[in-house]
Amino acid sequence: MARVLLFGRLADVAGWRERVFEPAPESLSALRFLVGGESAELAAALAGPGVQAAVDQALVRGDPHLAGVAEVAFLPPMSGG
Amino acid sequence: MIRLTDKPFDPGPELSAFCRGRSKTGAVASFVGIARGEAKAPWALEVEAYPGFTEAQIATIIDGAIRRFSLDDVLIIHRTGPIAAGEVIVLVLTASAHRRAAFEACDFLMDYLKSRAPFWKKEFGPDGDRWVEPTSEDFADIQRWD
Repeated sequence: MARVLLFGRLADVAGWRERVFEPAPESLSALRFLVGGESAELAAALAGPGVQAAVDQALVRGDPHLAGVAEVAFLPPMSGG
Repeated sequence: MIRLTDKPFDPGPELSAFCRGRSKTGAVASFVGIARGEAKAPWALEVEAYPGFTEAQIATIIDGAIRRFSLDDVLIIHRTGPIAAGEVIVLVLTASAHRRAAFEACDFLMDYLKSRAPFWKKEFGPDGDRWVEPTSEDFADIQRWD
């Protein structure tokens, strides 16, 4: 089971901010494919420039395995201040 | 130290409290970011954070700034949620023995917050809302420190 969190414009495109995927896909790329399967617009937004992922609140690169992972967040380009 | 708040706050008392009781510190620099926008609109901005993650990421940057600029202390307060025009979005306070380090660290931390801190900011304007992403100027600003 993995809780997926979307932030910023990704959440607006998806129409949700948090959803549980059961069973969790094996890898981040598989999860991204599953989440993006909802709509072409969401798939494009997830693949957009500057979109990062955090697994259990740690930024990740590449395609980590998700075994035992509780939370995956997809993070569009950040801007505070 | 980093604090997120979904309530409006007054930077004045925060600055006073930050300056109080210091003997080693010779300089405190501050930056206050204020929401621009049309006074007619109910909200100028809405800021989203990732609770836990946002604080942890900013704490790491604060630690880096403390080492890099030999700071005595840092305080960042950042608003989340809906923010009206004229309200304070962010306060950055840096304390060091001498002024140059305090000024530079404040500048560095703001450049970081603009393009690398985990916040997502929606602007409300006359033509609707839009998610703000870092500009090429923001990226150029942060690269000054690499």
